[in-house]
Amino acid sequence: MRDALTLSGNQAVLTRANPLAKFAAVFLITLVLALSIDWMSASVALVCELLLFPLAGLTFTLLWQRGWPLILAAAVGGWSTSILAPDSGKVLLDVGLWSMSEGSLELGMGFLLRGLAIALPAVLLMSCTDPTDLADALAQKARLPHRFVLGTLAAMRLVGLMAEEWQTIGMARRARGVGSRGNPWQRLRATLGQSFGLLVQAIRRATRLAVTMEARGFGGASRTWARESTYSALDIWVLLGGVLIAGGAVAAALWAGTWHMVWLEGS
Amino acid sequence: MPTTHDGGVRPAAVTARGWGWRHAGRTKPAVNGLDLDIRPGERVLLLGPSGAGKSTLLHALAGVLGDSTSGNGPAGDGGPPDSDDADESGSLLIDGEPPRARRGRAGLMQQDPETQVVLSRLGDDVAFGAENLSVPRDAIWARVHEALDDVGLAHLPLDHPTSVLSGGQKQRLALAGILAMRPGLILLDEPTANLDPAGVLEVRDAVGRCLDKTGATLVVVEHRVAVWKDLVDRIVVLQPGSGTQPAVLIDGPPDQVLEQARGMLTAAGVWVPGYVPATRRRTVGGFSPAGDRAAATNGEPALAPGQLLLAAEGLAVSRERPRRRGFKSVPPVPVLRDVAAQVRAGEALTVTGPNGVGKSTFALTLAGLLPPVNGKVSAAPELSRGAGIDPYKWKAEQLIARIGTVFQEPEHQFVTGRVLDELQFGPKHLGHGEERVDELLERLRLTELVDANPYTLSGGEKRRLSVATVLAAHPQVLVLDEPTFGQDANTWAELASFLSELLDAGTAVVSVTHDEEFTHVLGGTELRLGSRERRAPERDASGLNASGLNASGLDASGQAVPGFDATGQAAS
Repeated sequence: MRDALTLSGNQAVLTRANPLAKFAAVFLITLVLALSIDWMSASVALVCELLLFPLAGLTFTLLWQRGWPLILAAAVGGWSTSILAPDSGKVLLDVGLWSMSEGSLELGMGFLLRGLAIALPAVLLMSCTDPTDLADALAQKARLPHRFVLGTLAAMRLVGLMAEEWQTIGMARRARGVGSRGNPWQRLRATLGQSFGLLVQAIRRATRLAVTMEARGFGGASRTWARESTYSALDIWVLLGGVLIAGGAVAAALWAGTWHMVWLEGS
Repeated sequence: MPTTHDGGVRPAAVTARGWGWRHAGRTKPAVNGLDLDIRPGERVLLLGPSGAGKSTLLHALAGVLGDSTSGNGPAGDGGPPDSDDADESGSLLIDGEPPRARRGRAGLMQQDPETQVVLSRLGDDVAFGAENLSVPRDAIWARVHEALDDVGLAHLPLDHPTSVLSGGQKQRLALAGILAMRPGLILLDEPTANLDPAGVLEVRDAVGRCLDKTGATLVVVEHRVAVWKDLVDRIVVLQPGSGTQPAVLIDGPPDQVLEQARGMLTAAGVWVPGYVPATRRRTVGGFSPAGDRAAATNGEPALAPGQLLLAAEGLAVSRERPRRRGFKSVPPVPVLRDVAAQVRAGEALTVTGPNGVGKSTFALTLAGLLPPVNGKVSAAPELSRGAGIDPYKWKAEQLIARIGTVFQEPEHQFVTGRVLDELQFGPKHLGHGEERVDELLERLRLTELVDANPYTLSGGEKRRLSVATVLAAHPQVLVLDEPTFGQDANTWAELASFLSELLDAGTAVVSVTHDEEFTHVLGGTELRLGSRERRAPERDASGLNASGLNASGLDASGQAVPGFDATGQAAS
C-alpha cells in the first residue's frame, strides 16, 4: 500500500533532487497545460516527460502497472470529448446522437494528451520522492510548522497498517456472521460496520503513536534535524527542465497556431 | 550514587510522596497514596492486579499523562470535585522535578510494536527522539549508530524500511530510539506482551545489555515474572487505589517478594515462576460421557468422536489477493504451500512453527475466511450439512454455525456496543440458540458485565467475551489464533479448561499457538509448519526451550505440572 507509488530502492538521479524543486517544476508544467486545451502544447510536454522517465527510475512497464488507471481515464475522457463536443469541420463519424468531426476529434485528442501530460509528472514525482525527504524539505526549506509536518508523516505510516487492518476486520466480522456478500443494502451495512471497526482501531493506534512520539520528546518548540534538506546544482537543472518543458510547450503551440486559452473558449 | 556511565547517561532517581492520579471522566483514582523511592540505577519490576495503576504510573513518569487540576487533595477524600478533569495529588518527581519538566529524562516503551515505530526508515526512527531534544546533527548520528549496535540491529542499513521488521525487532528499534535520547530512566510497559517466545528473549536480552552498559534506572511492568526476574533487583507490588490503604502492597528483593506474595500474585493472575495454573484434564480417551455430549450438541445429531469434519489438501495460502498488473491478474505468491491437515470431532489440532511461516494465514484459510491460493479445503457432509464443500463459499450465517474463528485481537470481532448484544448477535442472526447465551455468560464469568461496552473491558475479559461470542453460534469446529497471547494466568487457565470441556463434548479445536503448556493441556495432534512434520505433542526432557522459558513465559524448572503425567505426555 505504502509502496504503491514510491519505488523502494530507487537509485535514479531524480531521487537526489530536493522535493521542493521537483514540486516547483511539476507545478510549472501543470500550470501551463491547464491554461490551454490544444494538442500541440500537450504533446510537446508529454514527449519531454516520457524522455525524462528514466531519470526518475521508471520504465514503461512500471508506468503502465502503476499509472494504468490514469491512462485509461485520459483515454476515456478524450474519446467522450471527441464524440460529444460541438462539431466543426468535416464530420468523420455519425451514429445517431454521437458524431465525431475534425474539430471535435482535435479537441478530444487535446483532452487526452493534456490529461496524460498533467497526470504523468505527478506519477513521476511520487515515484522518485521519499515522503520523509518531502517532510524534511517542507519543514526545513518551506518553513512549515514541524509538528504538523512530522505528525502527518507519522500518520501516513499508519495508513499502510490500516489497509491490512481493514482486511483483518473484514474477516473477523465474517467470522461473527456479518456477511460482506449479499444485496447492496446488506453490503453497505457491512461496509459501514467495518468502517466503524477500522475507525476505532485507527484512533487507538493513533493515540498510542501520539504517546510514543510525546515520550520521545516530540512537541517542543525547537528541534534539530538529523537529515539536512539541501539544494544542489541538480535542483537548478530540475527547475530549468520544468521551465524549458513549460516554455517549449507554449512556444510550440504558438508557433503552430493551436494555442487556445481555456477562458477564451466561447469567443 | 549517581555515576556517569559509558555514553554519558546519568541514572535518574524517582520519588513519589502520597502521589495519586484520577483519569479525566473517572470517579475512582487509578493510583492513590503512592509512596515510593527508586534509587538511581535500580531495576524495578512493577507487579499487581489489573487496575492497580501500573501503566498510569509509567505514563506519569514518562510525562505523557496530560494536564490535570492538581492540588485538589487526595482524590479519595469525599469524592472528586469535578470528574471531567484529570486530578493529581501528592508529588511524583524525577531527580526532584516533575517529569513533564524533564523532557527526555525518561524513555517509554509500550506494548504494541506497530505504534512504537514513528518513521519509515530505521535510522530516522532512532534519530527522532534525539532530534526532538535538539541534539546537534553530528552527535545524533553517532548516537544512532551506537544505539543500533547496543540493541543488535547494527547489521541493517540505516534506510532499512521499518515496516518489514518483526515484532521483536520493532521493540528493539524502539529501545534504540529511547537509548539515543540518553535517558536516565527507562520505562517498559509490557514490552513483550505481543511477542512470540523468541521475540520476548530478544527484547529482554537487549534491555539487559543496555542497562549493563548505561547504568540507567529501569521500571518495567510485565506479568510474566520469569522473563524479568533475573534482570531486576527489586519487585514492587501495587494494589488498586483506595482511600485508606497504601498503593504499595509489597516491596523488596525478587526472591523475597515472590515468596511472601506468592498466593496473592497467583490469585491476581501473575505468572509467578514455577507456577502453572491448574486446568481441567481431558477425560480418558479425550471423549466425554454421552450425557455431556448430548447436552452440548443441542439437538443436532451427535458426531462420532474422531469423525472427520474438515480436510486441507495441498493447500497453499496467502493473505494477499490476486494483484492487478495492468489488465492482468496475478495470483499472490503463497507464504506456505502443500499443507495437508485433518480436523476431527473432539480432537485438538495445534498449529505451531516459527514466526512468519504463515500459521495464522493457514488457520484463516482452513476456517473459510481466506480463499486458498492453491489446493483445497473441504468440509465433510457431517459439517457442511448441505452448505457445499468449500467453506470459503459459505454465507456468513452458514459459516458461523459450522466453523467459529476467534481472532488474536478480540476488538476486531466486536460488532455491537454491549456485552449481551454481542453474545446474542450470532444466535439472533441464525434464529436459534439464544438459550445458550446465559450458559456462556455464566461459564465465562461475564454475567456481571452484560451491560458493559465490550471495548471498555480488560484484556482478559475481552478474550473471554470473544470466545463466548463465537461459541454462541454453536460451531462444530473452533479455530483460535494465539488465544493465550498476553493473557494472565487466570484467564489462561479458564480458557484451557473451557476448551478441554468443549473437546470432550465433541467440538474440534484448531489453535495456532506458541504456548507449549496450552498445547499440552489440549492434547491432540500438532501440525508443525515450516518443517512439514506432523507429530503428537511430546515434551522434551526439561519442557524448556533453549533459554529456560516456555511459550507462556513460565519457568517450569522441572516442577510437576498439573494435567501431565510423569513423562510429560498430555494426559488424555
